[in-house]
Amino acid sequence: MTDMTVSGPVPEQKKTTDAMTTSQGNGQRVWRDIGIKRRYRAERRFKIYGLGAVLLGLLFLAMLLSSVVSKGYTAFQQTEILLNVTFDQKVVDPRGKAATNERVLLMVNYPALANAALAEALGLDPSDRKLRKDLSGMISGGVRTQLRDMVMSDISLIGQTRPVWVLAAADVDSAFKGQIDLSVDQSRRKVNDRQVEWMNTLAASGALEKRFNTGIFFNGASSRPEMAGMGVAMIGSMYMMLIVLALALPIGVAASIYLEEFAPKNRWTDLIEVNINNLAAVPSIVFGLLGLAVFINFAGLPRSASLVGGLVLTLMTLPTIIISTRAALKAVPPSIRSAALGIGASKMQMVFHHVLPLAAPGILTGTIIGLAQALGETAPLLLIGMVAFVADFPATPMDPATALPVQIFMWANEAERAFVERTSGAIIILLMFLAAMNITAIILRRKFERRW
Amino acid sequence: MSTSTILLIILVLAVLAYGLGVVTAKRRAAASGEKLHSRESYYGAFALLWTIVPSAILLAGWLVISPVAIDEAVREDFPDLTTTETVTSDGLAMSMVKSIASGLRRLDDAEYQTVLSDFSTLRETLGSKGVPLAGDGEPFMLEAAIHLNDWSDTSRNMMSTAVLALAVLGLLFALWRIRPAVRARNSVERAIMVALVGASAIAILTTVGIVLSMLSETVHFFRSVPPLEFFFGTVWDPRFAATVGTTSSDGQFGLIPLLAGTLYIAFVAMLFAVPIGLFAAIYLAEYAGPKFRSMSKPLIEVLAGIPTIVYGFFAMVTVGPILRDLSLAIDGMFAGTGTPFIQAQSVLTAGFVMGIMLIPFVSSLSDDIITAVPRSLRDGSLGLGATRSETMKRVILPAALPGIVGALLLTASRAIGETMIVVLAAGVAARLTINPFEPMTTVTVKIVNQLTGDLEFNSPQTLVAFALGLTLFFITLGLNIYALYIVRKYREQYE
Repeated sequence: MTDMTVSGPVPEQKKTTDAMTTSQGNGQRVWRDIGIKRRYRAERRFKIYGLGAVLLGLLFLAMLLSSVVSKGYTAFQQTEILLNVTFDQKVVDPRGKAATNERVLLMVNYPALANAALAEALGLDPSDRKLRKDLSGMISGGVRTQLRDMVMSDISLIGQTRPVWVLAAADVDSAFKGQIDLSVDQSRRKVNDRQVEWMNTLAASGALEKRFNTGIFFNGASSRPEMAGMGVAMIGSMYMMLIVLALALPIGVAASIYLEEFAPKNRWTDLIEVNINNLAAVPSIVFGLLGLAVFINFAGLPRSASLVGGLVLTLMTLPTIIISTRAALKAVPPSIRSAALGIGASKMQMVFHHVLPLAAPGILTGTIIGLAQALGETAPLLLIGMVAFVADFPATPMDPATALPVQIFMWANEAERAFVERTSGAIIILLMFLAAMNITAIILRRKFERRW
Repeated sequence: MSTSTILLIILVLAVLAYGLGVVTAKRRAAASGEKLHSRESYYGAFALLWTIVPSAILLAGWLVISPVAIDEAVREDFPDLTTTETVTSDGLAMSMVKSIASGLRRLDDAEYQTVLSDFSTLRETLGSKGVPLAGDGEPFMLEAAIHLNDWSDTSRNMMSTAVLALAVLGLLFALWRIRPAVRARNSVERAIMVALVGASAIAILTTVGIVLSMLSETVHFFRSVPPLEFFFGTVWDPRFAATVGTTSSDGQFGLIPLLAGTLYIAFVAMLFAVPIGLFAAIYLAEYAGPKFRSMSKPLIEVLAGIPTIVYGFFAMVTVGPILRDLSLAIDGMFAGTGTPFIQAQSVLTAGFVMGIMLIPFVSSLSDDIITAVPRSLRDGSLGLGATRSETMKRVILPAALPGIVGALLLTASRAIGETMIVVLAAGVAARLTINPFEPMTTVTVKIVNQLTGDLEFNSPQTLVAFALGLTLFFITLGLNIYALYIVRKYREQYE
């Protein structure tokens, strides 16, 4: 900082606005530069850094969400083809045994029916061998079970013709959604020129279109992207959330009541406190190891079962619930307690009749947030064997199941292009669930929050 | 009777007990002319507890002990297994006996008789009922299976009788005890208190469970791999190169490359998260208007609510390829080797995305700490003519420093324990490198790798995961406890 003395006239002062007047003993005015300009510049810079950091954070959020949404929104639509399938007696039931023995219907070459129908729709000769491979490449392999189920449920269909919407193969689906670059040479992409041409013909005639994809919500696991859905994962996650809710909420609330209202301040309760705070910060994968060693290896519970997943997530969620419940209990003013005790309630009555009801909204909010955390947790579930290919719906929590985030993990590891879309779609579904839970929590908090 | 039926009956009895308790208390009070010590509902609860608690304890105990006891008894029936050819281990024989036993229950009478008379049809018959057997089995197994079924049936019948009898006895005892002078409320409250203490002990039990379960497996692991080789080995290659018989398995379970990868990725993540998070916290605490703050603070915190698997996917399909293409473009401008110098799975990718995830942790923790600095310090500094940034840099941050360090340590412990991002974005190759553009792997990735898929519980390849987990647990435990200690001490300072 340089000192300078100015004894000039008034206009001079205007030039040196970033200076400060000090009077000296002899009445002369002394201007001392304290670098106001420089300091204000630093101030602005600092402020801009701060604003930049906030905006950068928001930008990352926007990037993350837009990346997921832009990749995933197409997963909710699925290309389907309308075929007039003739359930040809010669193919389905050449010996006429179906009426007596349903089992013959299991082995029928149903895809051939679909291929024939497709060839007819395109005005091609279905007996041409070269065409047949490309034709069957248009339709999802899932057509086999779809047509089989139709025939099995209604044998009278044999010999008749019905319009059926069948799923297009995943590659055709991607091509129709414009996710495959059609300008490259056909040998380097999965749909060839002829198939693209057919696709366009069918689309022009309205026999091929994008329809809402219900399969992604209701189907089980499948190695065919167009057939894969998160139904099993949703059921598994639901079971786990119910288990977490049924165990973690009562245990967590009971533990918090003890610690907050009854526990004497001594080493033991101190230890429990440190312990709970620490458990809240233990890496989630460690809980997975605990579950593997204790619930599966020691207690002999089945691997991949939602019961084990629920127990592990319960242990993980407990600290969160305890911490928020204690905060909610602490927020109830002491006057309420004194009033209850004053008119003769026992301590237990005071807690359960007065403090707990008043703290309920806070507890509920904390519980929902804890549940949302548990719903998004993946790592511990990987260790207890929930990375399983489960196509059947679990009937009880003891049956093998997966969970939403684990399903996302498994799809993320699939090599096929079409699974990227599915994965993003699954993430959108998961985020929707989480958003719904968190918004409920916020609304509850807004509605019931009391300031004392 | 199945367990759920028993529970249902106990529940019905409990409701009944509550009603009877209330009625009895009223009646006895009216008869004796005394006033009830507690309110009626407490007498109901008193009877209810006497009905449920003893019988539930008996039920739980029986369910735990009887399978073990029956197992033991069935095993005693086994002949000397060394003489048989098809099965060599006790455990294998036992599991076959169990599947035969469960299969036998599905047979109807005629099939049952056939199986009994002709052992060779057993496997086929059971197979047709959906119970596949691992082998043909031995005749003694059929016998053991029949015993097993008999014993478990007997045990179940005895259990049902005993538990229900105890529930009824408890109910009657409670009704007999109920008098106006009985302090029902005190008893009920004592019972509730025991439940509350039990619930809070679960937190302790979890920690003890974590430590004990991992410790026992780790000790198991150290029997086949010496601890020194684990902690100081620099090569991670869990597949045993050495064949059985030779003992040269040195260095394959080295922790060092994994730990280095973990710390490196966490460091890169903190490099992104700390400046952004800290500046965001400062801006939100000091500069932002209430409107901007109430909008942007929750939005940034949304980042903390997004599951880590989503970050992992984002890193894998978006950030990784972008960084790779970017490096390819830069390479094209300068060197022109045609190969990207940043790989799609790299320390940078994982660190960057993990950094994004950590921003809200840093910013909300620091925000709390900055706003907790007493108003007087701030006002004093501003009053002396310092600008806001000077106040922040010279007064508030130094005052908040211990708290912020605590917050950063907590964040670092989260970065070290993070799993899904690194599983998808950091790679699986365990190597020591200082180039952030190459893939490295972490402790958590290897825990997941070693424990997914088919596993055998006593091979070192599986057990090493527990040793890794224990290491991770103690590292994060140390960081957490130190951080919590700092934060707590700091908080006391200003309260």
